[in-house]
Parts: sequence; C-alpha cells; structure tokens
Amino acid sequence: MNVELINIHKWFGPVHANDGITLRIPSGVIQGLLGENGAGKSTLMKILSGFYQADEGEIRLDGKPVKIESPADAIRHGVGMLHQDPLDFPPMRVVDNLLIGHRGGLFPNRAEAIRAMQDLQARFGFNIDPYAYVDSLTVGERQQLEIMRLLWLGARVLILDEPTTGISANQKEKLFATLRALAEQGMTVIFVSHKLEEVEELCHRVAVLRQGKLVGEVEPPYRTEDLVKLMFGKVVLPEDKTHFDSKESLFRLENLSIEDYRLQIRNVNLTVHRGEVIGLAGMEGSGQRQFLQACAGIIRPVAGEIYLGEKRLTGRPYREFLEAGITYVPAARLEEGLIPGLTLTEHFVLAEPQNGFVVNRQKAEVLTTQRIADFSIKGVPSSTVESLSGGNQQRALLAMLRQPLSVILLEHPTRGLDIESTIWIWGKLKERCRQGTAIIFTSADLEEILHYSDRILVFFGGKVSQPIEATKTSVEELGQLIGGKGF
Amino acid sequence: MVRTSSRWTNFVFQLLAIVLALAFTSLVMVLAKANPLEAYRNIVVGSLGSINKFSDVLVAWVPLLLATSGLLVTYTAGLWNIGVEGQITLGAIFTTWALRVLQDSTLSPGLIIVIGFLSGALGGMLWASVVAFLRIYGGVNEIFGGLGMNFVATALTIWLIFGPWKRPGIGSMSGTEPFKETLWLPTFAGLRISPWSLVIGIIGIAVIYILLQGTYFGLKLKAVGRNRRAAFLLGIPTTQYMWAAFLLCGLFAGLAGAVQVLGVYHRLIPSISSGYGFLGMLVAMLINYQPAWAAPVAMFFAALNIGSIQLPIVMKLDSTLSGVLQGALVLAVLLMDGVRQRLLRRR
Amino acid sequence: MDTVLVIGIAGILASAAPIVFAAIGETIIERAGVINLSVNGAILLTAMAGFAVAVTTGSVVWGLLVGALIGALVALIVAFASITLKQSQVAVGFVLALLCRDLAYFLGNPYMGRSGPRLPHLPVPGLADIPVLGAILFQHDLMTYMSFALIVLAYVYIFRTRPGLVLQGIGERPAAAYVRGANVNLLRYVYTVVGGALIGLAGPMYSLSVKAGWKGTISGLDGIGWIALALTIFGGWNPLRAALGAYFFALLQWLGLVLQPSLPNIPSQVLQVAPFPLMILTLLLVNIGNAEWVDRTLAGLPEKARHAVARVLRAMRTSPPAALGMPFEKE
Repeated sequence: MNVELINIHKWFGPVHANDGITLRIPSGVIQGLLGENGAGKSTLMKILSGFYQADEGEIRLDGKPVKIESPADAIRHGVGMLHQDPLDFPPMRVVDNLLIGHRGGLFPNRAEAIRAMQDLQARFGFNIDPYAYVDSLTVGERQQLEIMRLLWLGARVLILDEPTTGISANQKEKLFATLRALAEQGMTVIFVSHKLEEVEELCHRVAVLRQGKLVGEVEPPYRTEDLVKLMFGKVVLPEDKTHFDSKESLFRLENLSIEDYRLQIRNVNLTVHRGEVIGLAGMEGSGQRQFLQACAGIIRPVAGEIYLGEKRLTGRPYREFLEAGITYVPAARLEEGLIPGLTLTEHFVLAEPQNGFVVNRQKAEVLTTQRIADFSIKGVPSSTVESLSGGNQQRALLAMLRQPLSVILLEHPTRGLDIESTIWIWGKLKERCRQGTAIIFTSADLEEILHYSDRILVFFGGKVSQPIEATKTSVEELGQLIGGKGF
Repeated sequence: MVRTSSRWTNFVFQLLAIVLALAFTSLVMVLAKANPLEAYRNIVVGSLGSINKFSDVLVAWVPLLLATSGLLVTYTAGLWNIGVEGQITLGAIFTTWALRVLQDSTLSPGLIIVIGFLSGALGGMLWASVVAFLRIYGGVNEIFGGLGMNFVATALTIWLIFGPWKRPGIGSMSGTEPFKETLWLPTFAGLRISPWSLVIGIIGIAVIYILLQGTYFGLKLKAVGRNRRAAFLLGIPTTQYMWAAFLLCGLFAGLAGAVQVLGVYHRLIPSISSGYGFLGMLVAMLINYQPAWAAPVAMFFAALNIGSIQLPIVMKLDSTLSGVLQGALVLAVLLMDGVRQRLLRRR
Repeated sequence: MDTVLVIGIAGILASAAPIVFAAIGETIIERAGVINLSVNGAILLTAMAGFAVAVTTGSVVWGLLVGALIGALVALIVAFASITLKQSQVAVGFVLALLCRDLAYFLGNPYMGRSGPRLPHLPVPGLADIPVLGAILFQHDLMTYMSFALIVLAYVYIFRTRPGLVLQGIGERPAAAYVRGANVNLLRYVYTVVGGALIGLAGPMYSLSVKAGWKGTISGLDGIGWIALALTIFGGWNPLRAALGAYFFALLQWLGLVLQPSLPNIPSQVLQVAPFPLMILTLLLVNIGNAEWVDRTLAGLPEKARHAVARVLRAMRTSPPAALGMPFEKE
C-alpha cells in the first residue's frame, strides 16, 4: 500500500513534536525512520497508527485521503503497528491473544485461528505453540506473534518501533528475513530505530527526523557520517574514554548461584577492582537484573559468597549492603527509584543519613538547592518528582547517591535519555570511579557498554560469560554471545 | 497568583460538595416523609442546644478523635486499617479485664484507672498485630484481615458478656455489671465529660501531628506509604515501619476503647466501639489525611451523632440519619475533588 | 440417604445462592479491572429496598428488579468515580459501603418486622421426584435455579466467548485491548454496572427468600458482602471457584446451626462468625506465595526442599488481573 503523510503537524502543549512532515512511501519498500529520542518519530508513527490525531495535515493510503481515529481504525485501513514492548496479554494463551480484537460471532473459532496461525508460521519459519501462555515466550517470539496477528487482521502497512531491543541475534536475523519477504509481497514496512547499523542493513530508504522536522531522505549506498550528521545536526565526537581501573580488588563474587522460578544462574566468579566499570550485556531477562540485585543484597543467592574487601556479606540483609556502601539504582525510576508525591527536598532528606529525630527543613532546603545546581536538575526544591522529565528524574536519582560509595549497581542508567544527558550522566559516574568507586551496569545499548566499560559480562538465559576486556572485543563478537553463540 | 486562584476553586468545590451532600440527605428524608429542615434543626439543638448536650458531643469526640489519630498513621503508611473497629473493641475488653481483676485489690483507684488505660492500649495493639502479621508475612490484604478480626472481636465481646463475665443471674445485652464509681473517670460537675479524657484526646492528636509533619519517622512512613519498593531500596526498613504504623494505630484505638469503658459506659457492652472506628476512617478521608483538620472535623461528626440521637423520639426517624449525612458528605467531597481535578486537566 | 443430610445440602445450596450472585458479580467487575468495595452496603440496601417494594406492590418480581436497579446504580457511582474522575476506588467503595448500610437502616425503619411476600417454591416437574437428587437440586425457588445457571453462564462467558476474552483483556492489559479495538472505559462501565446488578439481586434474594423480611440491624446480613469480596479473591477471579467458596461458606454456617444444640455454652453469635477466621486462613493460603520473606527463606533451603515448596506455593497462589484498580488513559 502507498502511504502518504502530508504536512503533518502535532503540538503537545508548547512542544511542536511534528513540524510539517511530508513523507511518501511506496508499497513494497522497507522505509527506515531515524532520529534520536524526542525527534518526533514515535509521534509521527502514532499518528499513522491512530493513537494520536494530527493537528494539521493529511494521511493518504493508496492515494485516498483517510481519517484514522484509533488503532483499531488503523488496522481496518490496513495499518498495523508493532510496539517496542509487545502489547499482548502475558497470562493468556497465544491463540486467545490472536482472537481478542478479531471480529466474529459470540463463540470464537479457535481451530480457524490456529490454522491461520500455522499457515503464517510455515510461511516465515516461526515456531510457536498456539496453546502456550504468552508469558512463557521470549520477547522475540512475542514480536513474531504480534506480526502474525497483524497480518491475520489484514495489515498491509507494518510499523515496527525499535523492534530489535531485547531480542537475540538469531531472532533479529529471522525478523529481518521476514520483513524482506513481506516487502517483496508488496507490503509497506516502516522501521523506526536509532540504530544506524540496522537501518543501513535493512532499509531500502531512510528518512531522518530532527526536532520534529524531516531533515533528509537518503537512499543506498549509505554513508554513516551523513546519517549521523542528519540525526544530530553535527557530528558528535564521542568524548575521550577515561578509565580509572586500579587493578586493586574491591568486590568479590565466589561461585555465586542465583535462582528464581524462571531462571538459574550458576557459579559466577568475579573480582571487581576499585574504579572499574563492568558492563552487563544480554537480552532483557537473561539474568542481569537478578545478578545486580543479588550483588546489592536485595535477593539472596542460593549458593556462593559475596565479599566487599575482606567483609563477608553473603546472606546479610539489604541494609548491611547499603551501610557497606553498595547501592542499587533501578531502571524503573518512578516505580522503584523515586517516590511519587514526595518533593525533591524530601527525597534528599531520605537519602541522607538520619540526623536526630526532627527533620531540619531549612538545612534540607539548602542542601537541595545545592544538589539541584550541581546536577543541573530543572526543578525547584518543592517540585514533586513525578512532575520532572525523565532525564531530570535520572539526575535526581544520581544526586541522591551517598558520598562515598564502594559499589554502584545501575540498571539501564541512560534508558530513554537523549545523547547529551547520557554523556553528562556518564561524566558524573566516571567522577565516582576516579574516587575509587566500582560500577556495574546493564544496558541494551552495546555501543554504550563497549564505550564505558573496562570489562564486560555477557548474559544468555542465565549463563554468564567470562569477563571480556572491552578493548579486545567488538559489537559483532558481543552480538554473537548475546545470541547464545560461544557459550 | 496561580496558588490563590486554585485555593479559591478548591474552596468553591468543597462548598459545592457540602451543598450536594445536604441536598442528597434532604432528598432521603423527603423519601422517608420527614421534614428535612426540622430534622437539621433537631440535630443542631440536640448537639449544641445546651451545655449538657455539648458535653455529650465532647464525650463522643474524644474516642472518635483518638481513632482518627491512629488511622492517620496507617493511612500515611498506605494501609487501610479497617480492623480499627475490632482494635477499639479489644481495647475496651482489655480495660474491662484489668478493672475486673484489680477492682477488689488494695491499689488506689487512680492507679487502677491508669492500668486500665495501659491494658486498653495493649489490647488494641494486640489485635492490630494480628492484622499486621497477616499482611506483612501472609500477604493477606489488611482490609480482609481487619474485617475478619472485627467480626471475631464482636463475637468475643458477646461471648464474654453472656459467658464468663455475665451479670449475677443472667447475661443480657445490656452488658457486664457496671464498675463502682471510684473507678469511673472523674467528670466536670454535673456533666458527662471528663477533663482527663479531653486531655488524652488533645495530647493524642498533637503527638500525631508532630510525628507526621515534622519528624524523620513521619517522612519515612510517608515514603513507605507512597512507594514501598522505592522506600525499601532507599534503605528504609519497610517491614518495621508497617509494624510501627499498625501498632501505633492499635494503641490509639485501644485508648479509644479504654475511654469508652472508663469514661462513658463503665462496663463492657456489645457495641462498645460505637462505630467510631469506621467513622474515624470517614473523618480521615474527609480531611484528606491532614492531621491539622482532624480535631474540628471529628467534632463536627461527633455533633451529628449526638444531635441525631433524639430523632427517633422527636420525629420517629432512625438515628442512622447522621451516618447517611456523614457518608454523603465524604462521597460528595471525593466526587467533587475528582470533578475539580478533571476540569484542571482539561485546561 | 439421611433426610437431615439431604435437607441440609438443599438448604446450603439455597442459602448460598445470594452469595453466589454477589461473588460472581464482583468477579466480573474485577475482571474488568475495577475494584468495587461497596458490596456489603449494596446488599443491605437492596435487601431493604427489594423487601419494601415487594411489600408495597405485592410483587416479588418488582422487588428483585428494584434490587438489581439499585445495585447497578451503586456500581455506577463507583464506576464514575474511578473511571471518569480517577478517584481512589477503595475510598469510594468503602464510603459507599457505609453510606448504603446507613441508608438501608434509615429508610427501612417503617418496614421493620413487617411480613411480606416470598419467592415461591418451584419444584421442577418430573425432576423433583428423583430420589435424593430431586430433593437436593430441583425443589428450590427461581433465584436458586438462576444461581446454578449463573455459575455456568459466567464461566462460559469469561473463558469461552469472544467478548469474554476481551473482558479478560481490559482487566489484564487495557492498552493492548485498546489497540485491538476495545473501548476500554465504556466496557468497564458496562461490566461494573452489570456486576452491580447481580450484586443488587443478592439483597432481595435474602429479604424475599433466604432470610425473609427486614429486621434492620439484626437482619444478620451485615458482613455478607465482605465475605463475597473475599470469595472473589479466594476464587482467583474464576466464577467456578468463587461459587465453590460460597457453598463452603454456607456449609460452615449450616454446621454452626447444627452444632448449636450440642454446645449450649457458646452463644449463637460466636458460631456464626466461625467462617470469618476460616476465610482469613484461606486467603492466607492463596496469598502466602506472594510474600517477600518467603523468597528469602526459600533461598536458604537445600535444593530439593526449595523446589518442592516453591511448586506447592505456586499451585496455591492466585494472581489478580494485572490492571486491577488502575485507571486507563490512552497515552
């Protein structure tokens, strides 16, 4: 199907998220949509898929102007969107997931749905049990399920929003093959990403958005520098790699084993040095989170030992880990890190050691004003944390870290942040390393892991690789390991 | 500028809520074929008409204020302590127990009364600890644990009144044998209100006010209530804080029960809690959990309760009218607050 | 078979019928993602109103209809406050529970102790004469038969039909249901009101049949609604299990009555509360696997024991619809 977006405008309050974007995509093409966070690509795709309505502009499908009122309306017009976090029903069966939203009589025809699903599976080489529960599938399989569902509903335009986050290399190959096959059959595929390499590999043409505007359309052969220049306006030079690894042992794990009802991590041995940064790579849900939480004393390992210096921490309560200077910074900022309804001042009071019985409000205000300035948080001491933007929430979380600390454990420290905030936050973290703090962090972004780590552990389904020197590996090698090759 | 205008809209919406509640209650009275204005007049006269009546309002105010104070703590911790009714009842039972054991001893009456209060507090804490235990270690929502324990407390009261503690002769719904007058809280001459219970009530809410508004304990409790996971990760011992909230609320509820026995009924009766626990929850919701407003609003609710006592005699109306008005008021405030926020979001 | 036992079982099935209605009504509401805490007050209010209407009109049908209507109205307030106004569902439900209770006592005053019509006994021709089974299953009033039908209908609807799958979806992941074309908030309104009507039928089923008449505060109905709420959780949001819980509760009440004569020292009020602690105990069993300390303790156990205990806990555990109590807003 030919898709035409003509002069699309969208405002959110004062923010001009889409500023007169015109984009024409012929059928049978895989169109890449590049841009950093906040460039407006998600907004544009949500307009096309019916989540939002454009304030101005027109959408034409096969030349006919259409009004798309809702996501369900979009799929009736043949436009289907695959969300970054698959929008499905985890505790329900695969076949029931297909049936919800499919029109028909009172009693759904499961046999028909399964037949249709098996046909599609055969076509693309998928292999999902129709009676399995969705929460037992991997993210990649859940994507496959969503693709099949959209095709079954008659989608002829497929939008994919950052689909390669959290899936294995194998599944990525399969996904790309599927998309190529679909395009050959005349489908229109829109591939939204900020990963240059993937876009270059897959897309027939690429449109780049920056600050709500379409700043360029590029066709192969691609030159990476051109794309980068379009995305950021200028070529960003990555700042110098600074490393403070002292080779002096600080934090030691011996034969550490962790277990929860889905995952088993066996016999991890690791010695972390003062000032060292350890990156944890792997698809989401491969055990990095459990590993970090075990290091923080939040979950108790089923076997093995944890030492900080000579102090044995195995099996001790979380509070003792905290008092020993080990801190965990969760990824879900408003769910786990900050307390909605409380002000910045109240957060900093809570984060500092208790001093007496009555809170000294004045002193707390002074401290907060200082921290707000130090960490350039856009807010005032009486701002509630939920009123801050994501980047400012992350800054507040870092500003709450005590001084000094032995080990900081971070989960996705820069997820959802723009490149400037990312660089700024790593500057602050490296500052800590210079003081001798060790950092262990997870990230879905391999570039980030390679760039900031001294050593890297790769996780795959609970298996943990030997520590890898960051200078002696590459995105390709890590990618293989993440996909389970080489364990 | 923005602040003042939002304060004004707040005020207007609260006024609207009161009008709405009054309109609803009036409608209900019309349904019951009664004259609303006369009923409201009777309530006012019945609560403020004389110094005697006002002293009765104070008699109801103290236990209600104590229950509300305790509930402010559990609300701050994000807990719905519906079990507060049972905790008041257990406070009353423990106080009665202590008095029964000690009434014939050689201890001075003053000391026995003090012991009565302490036992009451202990009884409330004991009952609260059951709910706390179920919630913290068993994952049983405190609403259901609390409700179950309320029913058990009622059954326990009735069993005691008709069983081991029955009056000489035959047990009856009128309760246990009254204690001798030396074990009653001394009252102002000619009135039913005791200066001592007033002191306890006022100190109680003052303690809660300071605790919640100014201390680390209050702030940490608030953190636990708003986001338990984040509070835990920040190093606040959430389990201990939840225990503290339940026990503190139980303590205050137990004191309310003790006041009911020592200062009001002087014996154990089947409905010794007088529903002040649930009423306290309504007060806490109405004041949006702000301790500063607890005393006046509890006073207002107590006046409604006392004022409607004579409705059955004067107008042949059920005295639960006060409950209808109180419930309608809280519901209207919740609804109007929702409407106000919705309008603000729209803008 | 012992006739006492047969009559007992038939009595349990009949006296559980209102609880079956209330628990399934609440199950449907919570499946849609809304918590309705007003059940206890709604049952009292509809029991009073249903009785009053039946006395005034002489028709039990009107009594039932008015009950359903008021139940739906109370639920509508919960829906409006929580879905449209986004207020705390627990707070609004709790206030309504108290308000409706007091309304029932206030407005029911003139009807106290009056005699009124009762649901007629309707033995099913032919089937009622089957030995034992006939007496147990086919000699009830209309609403008891309806309670049997409701269990099956609700189960089939939720788990086997297309709209039932959507119902599960809006309580589980409203955003995903929305992209599949479900009007989440409208459906939540509809299911809350329908569930409220079912709860509203429970009241007249008491005052016109199971505990006929209106006796104000001593009607013995205060507390039933809370039991129905607990049964919803105990039933794991499954109508079949919730109904089983209701029969278990009725059995306990019946045992209390049967045992009464042999335990003369215990007042009847004490035996009547026996189901409540038991209810807490069953909630404890289904919930304990969710408690935090369990994981920590398990990690310290030897491997075999750890796996065995974890398996038992997981089998007992029930988990609520993921979006229960959370308002839905598209973006």
